[in-house]
Amino acid sequence: MLREGLTINPAKTCQPIGAMYAALGIHGCLPHSHGSQGCCSYHRSTLTRHYKEPVMAATSSFTEGASVFGGQANLLQSIETIFSVYDPDIIAVHSTCLSETIGDDLQQITKKASDDGKIPAGKYVIYASTPSFVGSHITGYANMVTGMAEQFAVSTGEKKEQINIVAGWMEPSDMREIKDIAKAMGTKIVLFPDTSDVLDAPQTGKHEIYPKGGVTVDELKSTGDSKCSIALGCISAEPAAIALDKKCKVPFETIDMPIGLSATDRFIVSLSKAAGVKVPAEITAERGRLVDVMADMEQYFHGKKVALFGDPDQLIPLTEFLLDLNMKPVHIVSGTPGQRFEKRMKEILERAPYANFKNGLNADMFLLHQWIKNEPVDLLIGNTYGKYIARDEDIPFVRFGFPILDRIGHSYFPNVGYKGGLRLVEKILSVLMDRQDRTALEEKFELVM
Amino acid sequence: MDTHNIALLEGREGQVYEKRQDGPEVEIACDKTSLSGSVSQRACVFCGSRVVLYPVADAIHIVHGPIGCAAYTWDIRGAVSSGPELHRLSFSTDLQEMDVIYGGEKKLYRSLVELIDQYQPKAAFIYSTCIIGLIGDDIEAVCKKVAKEKGIPVMPVHSEGFKGTKKDGYKAACSALMKLIGTGSTEGISNYSINILGEFNLAGEAWIIREYYEKMGIQVVATMTGDGRIDDIRRSHGATLNVVQCSGSMTTLARDMEEKYGIPYIRVSYFGFEDMSKSLYDVAALFPDRPEIMERAKEIVRDEIRKYYPEMQKFKAALTGKKAAIYVGGAFKTFSLIKALRTVGMSVVLAGSQTGNKDDYRRLKEMCDEGTVIVDDSNPVELSKFVLEKEADLLIGGVKERPIAFKLGVGFCDHNHERKIPLAGFVGMYNFAKEVYESVMSPVWQFAPRKGGLK
Repeated sequence: MLREGLTINPAKTCQPIGAMYAALGIHGCLPHSHGSQGCCSYHRSTLTRHYKEPVMAATSSFTEGASVFGGQANLLQSIETIFSVYDPDIIAVHSTCLSETIGDDLQQITKKASDDGKIPAGKYVIYASTPSFVGSHITGYANMVTGMAEQFAVSTGEKKEQINIVAGWMEPSDMREIKDIAKAMGTKIVLFPDTSDVLDAPQTGKHEIYPKGGVTVDELKSTGDSKCSIALGCISAEPAAIALDKKCKVPFETIDMPIGLSATDRFIVSLSKAAGVKVPAEITAERGRLVDVMADMEQYFHGKKVALFGDPDQLIPLTEFLLDLNMKPVHIVSGTPGQRFEKRMKEILERAPYANFKNGLNADMFLLHQWIKNEPVDLLIGNTYGKYIARDEDIPFVRFGFPILDRIGHSYFPNVGYKGGLRLVEKILSVLMDRQDRTALEEKFELVM
Repeated sequence: MDTHNIALLEGREGQVYEKRQDGPEVEIACDKTSLSGSVSQRACVFCGSRVVLYPVADAIHIVHGPIGCAAYTWDIRGAVSSGPELHRLSFSTDLQEMDVIYGGEKKLYRSLVELIDQYQPKAAFIYSTCIIGLIGDDIEAVCKKVAKEKGIPVMPVHSEGFKGTKKDGYKAACSALMKLIGTGSTEGISNYSINILGEFNLAGEAWIIREYYEKMGIQVVATMTGDGRIDDIRRSHGATLNVVQCSGSMTTLARDMEEKYGIPYIRVSYFGFEDMSKSLYDVAALFPDRPEIMERAKEIVRDEIRKYYPEMQKFKAALTGKKAAIYVGGAFKTFSLIKALRTVGMSVVLAGSQTGNKDDYRRLKEMCDEGTVIVDDSNPVELSKFVLEKEADLLIGGVKERPIAFKLGVGFCDHNHERKIPLAGFVGMYNFAKEVYESVMSPVWQFAPRKGGLK
């Protein structure tokens, strides 16, 4: 099939949902979708299916009139309605393909809202341009996180003894783990965005519109005074770190998201250097436990072929981890375009010249399936949509990434850090060994593995 | 801010009504577009078209636009097929910035040709999304060209998201179907035949309904669109009667078919013993020259109720006096749900829909008990408020309402895309009662703080 136009079974989605997810990581923030009602509804539904949590977001509810005369009136009305009824501290507006195409300028409209006195004292409206016809959900996430940095960070001239950590697209459980690691190391960090205690909220008998989690406005403002930033991911996190550097001269370092052993090592080293602290014994011990398990079980990983798909900042360290486990990542697909990703993957895949790798246009699940048919694999890793291929080709399947619509756990158990590494190893081993147990001949059916 | 003491959203007063004996006679305001800035549970035109046409299983469905619209609607609705499963794949022209500037017609054309060559479908549906309405792609022309070259029907669906509400999307879907209807041979269709409209075969419900009609001696020409097939749709104008469920989505089609082909239609509902039985009787009554059809309908009703009624008494005993809140897409479904809930002893304290019209709400007011709150186009804050105030034990809704119920510590039943078991038919009523029973009576609620768990 030539495929000159078409995407079949995408390995990405559009920008606005990323912006919505990022905005949920600010405390007291109501995300706002400037476009048709459907966009907002679809994003909320998808996030709800993934997190099993209520997801609040408002919409400009575009009509035909708005598409002819522009959406300014809708957005101004929205801002008024939202502050008077839902009373958030912040509204985080993102655009859609519709409002981008008709040429709405979010900066100008929010300025007008402010000039017209529609933003109450002590409240904020931030924005990010997120056209759906550029990039992917990851781009939208990066744009909103960049918006947070650009529009909140202030440099008072007095440096604070704290480090910014810009979270790439990761789960609430991952963000919680990053904070736990920093705490264990005795470093003060500002993590943003932070969806822990927002999208993994406890059962309280109430529906909290604004759950207790999220990075606060004061914390975001203070990022301009931090002594440095560490961006976890060159695609979804680095742009915000660059923005902070530009605006407030906060130097930054970009590292891979700490998934797996090597990437976590680099994170721990970066953090300890930046904070000027020694790595505490408990972290070293945690690392030791991961290495121990990798060693204990190494015979089960050898040479196993893996196909994986998903989002760039997660795929980079995951591929590296698979190589550290002596597995063979043979097919890798991401719908998110971008040369940074390509470049970093090439570095990682130097050890694996056999690997097929494609990202961007036409890098979709159809392509991945074709590749798997040409060269079968022992394991598939990716989001829920992998289950069709896993079933068709009868491949053990580990769910990883976004969205996961048919399993739980991702909200509560991290993939990052040494703990996350242990979880990944456990998940991979479980599906491989379950398969072995299921298909082993009677005489080869083993008790001890 | 929690939801305990929240006032109604400004401008929403007209869309919320509490039934009181001495209360004023007011009309519920509906058919309104949502207020800008509200957290509406509603979707868009595209969503309406997509849910109606999606179950047609031997056609390809291409979403013409940026990737999101295709990604979010990829196989999220459990409309099952007994054969081909093309509808479960996601096709998108994945428009990029340059396409938005220079137009996406060529890309659409190439995509269509490639897909038709690859999958050999019986037809293709092309959904316009928001920006197609702005950049002005002539999708009609592309569809015509491809239809001619490939020799299959290629239907444009004018579903630009902002051009109205979800209901307009239903209409766009219906007009696409209308173009197919009348293009097939009606040979072999009996005078005792129907089309099943507005039944989407979620969890296999259309199969249950179809079996009842077939047992009655009625030929089912086409189901639209559950387990749908293009060839059946093309010849569906040969049927004697259209039986329409889910009035919101398919009444337009029934009306158009009546006008063009003189096929009468009736509205039915397959939820609950009462409405299910009435549906079979109503259909049978329209074939008076064959009394055996009515005889068989009575037999089916008798046998089925005999089978499930005793089982249901256990649920009723436990559920009597419990209260339910209903917030669903179409109002017609609400009527059936109120009756079905009464069958198991439950009362309804909140009844609402996303897309009800004036008649629907008038009827709803008549049906409801004193003190019942009726809402149009509600939002999570409002729903939480009434669920708590009215002390509901159950919320019936869709994907976005589920976690709200669970956060509040009350039971939930999905009466939308994500139902996992058939809720239609007699067996469906049994399943429904069982699901409601299991959820309302779940031991988990005793641990919820509101119900006296650890505070």
